[in-house]
Amino acid sequence: MKRKLEVSELIFKVISYLLLTVFALCCLYPFVYAISASISGRHVVEYNEVVLFPKAVQFDAFAGMFKNNMFWNAYSNTLFVTLYGTLWAMGVSILGAYALSKKRLLFRKTFNFFLVFTMWFSAGIVPQYLNYLQTQTVFRSIGIMDDKWLVVIAMGMAAMNIILLRNAFENVPSEIEEAAIVDGATETQVLSKVYVPMSKSTIATVALFFAISRWNGYFWARRMISNQYEHPLQVFIRLQLEMYTDPDQMTGWSANYASDSAIYALIVCSIIPILIIYPFIQKYFAKGTNVGGVKE
Amino acid sequence: MKGQAGDYLILDQATGRYRENPEQVVRDDVEKHYWLHVGRTIVKDWRLYVMLVPMLLVFLFWRYFPMYELLGCFKVSDDTLAVSDQLFSGFSYFKRLLVGGDSLSSSFWMAMRNTFLLSFYGLCFGFPMPIILALFFNEVRSNAVRSGLQVMTYLPKFMSTVVMTSLVTMLVKQGSSISQMGIVSQALEHMGLITKEVGNAGLLNNPAFFRAIYQISGIWEGAGYDSIVFFAAIIAISPTSYEAAQIDGANKWAQMRYVVLPSMLSTIVIMLITRIGSLLNIGYEKVILLYNTRTYVTADVISTLAYRTGLAGGAGKGIASAAEMMNNVVGMLLVIGANTIARKASNTSLY
Repeated sequence: MKRKLEVSELIFKVISYLLLTVFALCCLYPFVYAISASISGRHVVEYNEVVLFPKAVQFDAFAGMFKNNMFWNAYSNTLFVTLYGTLWAMGVSILGAYALSKKRLLFRKTFNFFLVFTMWFSAGIVPQYLNYLQTQTVFRSIGIMDDKWLVVIAMGMAAMNIILLRNAFENVPSEIEEAAIVDGATETQVLSKVYVPMSKSTIATVALFFAISRWNGYFWARRMISNQYEHPLQVFIRLQLEMYTDPDQMTGWSANYASDSAIYALIVCSIIPILIIYPFIQKYFAKGTNVGGVKE
Repeated sequence: MKGQAGDYLILDQATGRYRENPEQVVRDDVEKHYWLHVGRTIVKDWRLYVMLVPMLLVFLFWRYFPMYELLGCFKVSDDTLAVSDQLFSGFSYFKRLLVGGDSLSSSFWMAMRNTFLLSFYGLCFGFPMPIILALFFNEVRSNAVRSGLQVMTYLPKFMSTVVMTSLVTMLVKQGSSISQMGIVSQALEHMGLITKEVGNAGLLNNPAFFRAIYQISGIWEGAGYDSIVFFAAIIAISPTSYEAAQIDGANKWAQMRYVVLPSMLSTIVIMLITRIGSLLNIGYEKVILLYNTRTYVTADVISTLAYRTGLAGGAGKGIASAAEMMNNVVGMLLVIGANTIARKASNTSLY
C-alpha cells in the first residue's frame, strides 16, 4: 500500500535523518581527528589548524613509535593476556556452566546463588587490592614471577558470562544428550561433542566478551604489574599520555611532529586491530545484549 | 521429607488390602542417611562435580576472600595482622566517616553526593538518549543506510576506557606555550560558550565541567550500543498495528503515542529499573582516568575516595573498607529491590 507521506510524518523523518547523521558523525569525529592529527606536521597540530583532514603530512610519529621497543613489548603483553586470559576464563566457565545446567546436580540452587551473589555484592577496590597482593605473594612463592599470570588467572572472571553459557546449555534438547549416552558417550564427550557444538554462537559471544575485557583491562594491570616490561598496551598508552601531557617533560621536544601526534599515533595503533575485526564481531555484540536481558 | 502417617500404607487395588508404600520407604532411607546418599551420588557422578571445582575455587579465592577482607572495616587496621587477628573496633570507622566532623568526613559526604549526582544525571540525560536514537533509527527505511549509521554509533563502545579517556583528555586539553588548547575547547570558545582563559586552563582541570564531560563522553560511548535493545523492541511491533492506526486516522505523533511507546514500555521499564538498581555502582576506572586533584570537588566518588584512603596506610584500610561496605550494601539493596520490582512488573527477572 503506497500512500502519500503526511506532513507530520515527513517532518519527523527529516529530523530523524538529520539528528542521526549528526550524532553518527559526532561518534566518528574523534577517531577521524586522531588519525589526521597523528599524521600532520608539528606546526599545524600545535596551532590547531587540523580540523578534519591532515595537513603537512608526516609519518614520523608512527615511525618513532614503531622504533620504540616498549610499544611492541606492550602489544605482545596484551596479546598474551588476551589469549591466555580468554582461554582460562572460557575453560573454567564452560565446565562450570555445564555442571550448573544439569538438573541432577545436587545443591544446584546453592551453587547458583554462590555465583549470582557476586553480581550483587562486590568487595570493592581496597579489599580486592589486598587480596591480589596476597595472591601475588603466593604466586611468587610457587615460582610464578611474571605478574601477567596473576592478571590472567586471578582477574576477569564474570558471573554474568557463566550464566549466559548455562542458559544456552539448558536450551540444548535433552533427547540429543540421551541419544549420545545410549551410544556410549562419557560425560566429557557429551560436553565436547554435543553441548559445545550446539551452543556455538553463545560460546563465540561469551568468548568475545572475555577477550574484549582482557584487551581493554587497565586498572588492575597497572596496579599489580610492577615490571614495566610486562605492562600491557592500555597501561603503556596511559603512561605515555601522562608523560606527553606534562608540560615540564615536554619543554625540550624537538621532533618534527607535535607531542600530541605521538599520543594520537599510539591511540590509532591500539584501535586498528579492533577496527579490522569490528565488522565481523559487531553482530555478536548486538546479539549478546538480547541474550543478556532475560533469565528464568 | 518425613512422610505423613497416610503415606506409608497404600491401598492395593488387586487384593483390596493395605500394603507398605515402597517409595516412601526409600524416601525415609534417604532422609535417615542423607549425607551417605549425597556422598554416593557425588561418587557415582564425580565427573560433573569435578567440572564445577575450578569455577568454585576462582570465585572463592578472588571474589569471596576479598569480601572477608572487607570485614576489616569492623577491626582496628594493622598491616602486620590478618583480619581475623585484628582487634575488634565496632562501628568506629563508620562513625568517623558519617559524623566525624573532620576533613575525612566532609570528603566522604562530598563523595557520596558526587556518586549519587553522577548516576542521577546519567539517568536524566544518558538514559533517554538510546530510546530517542532507537525511535530515529526506526524512521530510516533503507536497511543499508540504517546499518551504516548504527555501526558508526556502536563504534565508541568498542574502545577501551583508556583510549576513550585519552581521546577526551586530548580534545579538551589545556593550552600551553608550546601547544594550543584541545580542538573541542577551541570550538567551544569560538561558539562563545567558554572564555579563552577557561579553555587554556584545560576543561578537565575545572570542577565545573567534570560532570558534563563525564555525561557527554558516556553518551558518546554508550548511547548507540544501548539503543540496540530498544530498537529490537520497536522492530518487533507488527506492521498491522501501524496500518490499523493509520486507518483510524492517526498521524505520526498519534502513532508514536499509541502504538510505538506502549510496545516499548516494558523494555523501558526494565532498563530503567536496572539503571536505578546500579545507581551507586559508578565505574571507578573512568573516574580515576579523568579526574585530578583540582576536580575532586565534583569528581571524587566513594570508590575513588576509598582507593586513595586505603592506599595511604595506617587506619586507611579500615576507613576505606567502611566506606566501601556502606556503598556496596546500599548498592546491593538497590539491585535486589530493582530486581524484585522488575519481576513483579513484567515477570522478567534479570538474575
